[in-house]
Amino acid sequence: MESGKRQKLLGSLFVNGTLLLLVVLWTIPTLGIFVSSFRNRDDIATSGWWNILPHREWQPVREIDISQAGLDPNGVMEIEGISGTFEEFRAGVETPNGKRITWIGNKRLGKVEVQERVWTVSWNFTLGNYQQVLGGQNFEFKRPDGTVTIVPGDNMNRAFLNSLTVAIPSTVIPILIATFAAYAFAWMKFPGRRGMFILVVALLVVPLQIALVPLLRDYKALNLNGTFLAIWLAHTGFGLPLATYLLYNYVSTLPRDIFESAFIDGASHFTVFTQLVLPLSVPALASFAIFQFLWVWNDYLVALIFLGGNPEFELVTQRMAAIVGARGSEWHLLTAGAFVSMVLPLAVFFGLQRYFVRGLLAGSVKG
Amino acid sequence: MDLLNNKGEQNQSVGGRILSLIGRVLLAISIPLIAFYVLYQGFLFLRDSNAPQIIITLVAIVWGVGGVAILYWIFNNLVERLSDTWRTRLLPFVFVGPAMAILAWYLAIPTLRTFWLSLFDRNGPPKGLNVLQQLSSDAFVGLGNYAEVFQPGGLMFLAFRNNLMWIIFGSTLSVSFGLIIAVLADRSRMEKIAKSFIFLPMAISFVGASIIWNFIYEYRPPGQPQVGLLNAFVTGLGGQPQAWPQWVNIAPWNNLFLIVIVIWLQAGFAMVLFSAALKGIPEELLEAGRIDGANEFQIFFRIMIPYIQGTIISVWTTIVIFTLKIFDVVWVMTGGQFGTHVIATQFYRQSFTNNNSGYGSAIAIVLLIAVIPVMYYNLRQFRKQEAF
Repeated sequence: MESGKRQKLLGSLFVNGTLLLLVVLWTIPTLGIFVSSFRNRDDIATSGWWNILPHREWQPVREIDISQAGLDPNGVMEIEGISGTFEEFRAGVETPNGKRITWIGNKRLGKVEVQERVWTVSWNFTLGNYQQVLGGQNFEFKRPDGTVTIVPGDNMNRAFLNSLTVAIPSTVIPILIATFAAYAFAWMKFPGRRGMFILVVALLVVPLQIALVPLLRDYKALNLNGTFLAIWLAHTGFGLPLATYLLYNYVSTLPRDIFESAFIDGASHFTVFTQLVLPLSVPALASFAIFQFLWVWNDYLVALIFLGGNPEFELVTQRMAAIVGARGSEWHLLTAGAFVSMVLPLAVFFGLQRYFVRGLLAGSVKG
Repeated sequence: MDLLNNKGEQNQSVGGRILSLIGRVLLAISIPLIAFYVLYQGFLFLRDSNAPQIIITLVAIVWGVGGVAILYWIFNNLVERLSDTWRTRLLPFVFVGPAMAILAWYLAIPTLRTFWLSLFDRNGPPKGLNVLQQLSSDAFVGLGNYAEVFQPGGLMFLAFRNNLMWIIFGSTLSVSFGLIIAVLADRSRMEKIAKSFIFLPMAISFVGASIIWNFIYEYRPPGQPQVGLLNAFVTGLGGQPQAWPQWVNIAPWNNLFLIVIVIWLQAGFAMVLFSAALKGIPEELLEAGRIDGANEFQIFFRIMIPYIQGTIISVWTTIVIFTLKIFDVVWVMTGGQFGTHVIATQFYRQSFTNNNSGYGSAIAIVLLIAVIPVMYYNLRQFRKQEAF
């Protein structure tokens, strides 16, 4: 009995330990940019974000004036009883009593610091990164050497609104169209019904790449390219097979009696659709809406092709990709921008996780 | 309702009936015309206006969503004015028509058009000629583009190899991690919270994920403080920092640093489906296994995996299709440089950067052919459903 208990305890330790390890592994990447987005521009560039945790670091306790001490950087120097060349001091020389002597800067204008190793945290948090990324105006930065750089803001505000303008209709329109179609497939008889539904099923996994070149030609001919309508319709077209298929599965399981009594009372199909089917289908509509919304919000390829030429209409994903391309090493902007782009999907995700999971189980995965 | 209406009409004078008929016809024509006019004005406003952005956003949303709803309402209204027979005949098409029209315009017909384009050279079929003339023009190259696509050692050869790596490593590892996490979570008291954390990356865009992982892979020359986690770790252990995805010396294995991102994103998806499937295994089955002396590993491999086999296959297929079309991650992280091009990035480059519509279309058709087995399977499953 005793050994059984022990084994159980060990087993639970193994299960929870492994699980915890995996959770930590999965969370660290996001945590890293979240923390970094609040760190100061210079801190991000010179130290890892994990320095917000307590760690030991060399910090200056005293400075030595080069000319006063009469040091000649071209030869062997003696500082605080330690001798070494300029290169050695530049890399830092540790003294026997636990201190470090480091030459900061170049040979002529540099200085010498005596440093001690102390426990510290790097908690220089700021909201400045977000201000710069969101705003459209210019920002000034003072470098440590006194020069000032002017950096344009990244105007994520505009991109955010554009993404909303694209994502909301691109979510509602396909759902509306698909629900009408699902209703017709489920509760109406008409010639070609089976053939049309087979088309829907066949198109479920067709890669959207197949349609991009012909559609771009149509859009150019119709002068639609670069408009919101163009991208709404594109997302509608690409999301429609799955939407129709899933909503058909749901609408066709609604109880038949409700419809029959409504028709006996003289209701038209349109009334039954708006008054009965739409309200009854809310759970299924919500599940699919979450997926379509996340998919459209996170889309990059479709936006790149149909909105690509017009910077006015740039979406969040395009803006982010542009910052990666133009200033790939300015991590204070990239991290803040990435978080701005994630805020809404994460809110939707946490707020509606129940529907999200339900949608997944119903098969809400785009082909 | 209809009976009452008919009686009411019969009681009216002839003039009144004609007037009401004219009125109804005028109404039937004018409502759609006014609606189309308003919608068109909305379109022009959105395309050309300089109004503040928040207003444009609001107008666009109302215009787009409202416009579609109004169109349905109008067509329904028009059809409802027809006689009973015509109404029953036409109404289904009011409901199903828009969906079918969009599917045809956006997916079905483009498939044929892309195939047609793939038979011609970079500029596509010459304009202003009929089909026969196009076929006999110099621009017609037959299967030439496909020959180029499958040419050993060519551009696409590399992309196919990389995509194969994506499919093999991406799907296998996503499924394995998803399964391991689902099984562990099932036995843990932290199930809910652990699953939320693993699942969270699913809400993040590929572009966002690329930034997140670029930050982990960030490279600084040796001697400088490493701000990227992986390089800090490697230098901490005494290794050399590397710009991981750009590390051409280890090609094609540098692709793995990109594939990790998709595993990170997709494991949560696999986990949720497996978790639900595992909960469907009858408790008695597992108990019986334990009583017969099976250890936990035997239970996992001999009972659980066979039981949820169907789910595993469908999750696997989904992730395979998904990695087959992978684009954003590669495009943002490396742009296809350093030997990381995949099918979809080459498709984009050939179609839109090099403007070679023939070659690009041939690549798209290859993508389509790759998913045909899944399409066939879906259709066969559908045929088995007797209800339809």
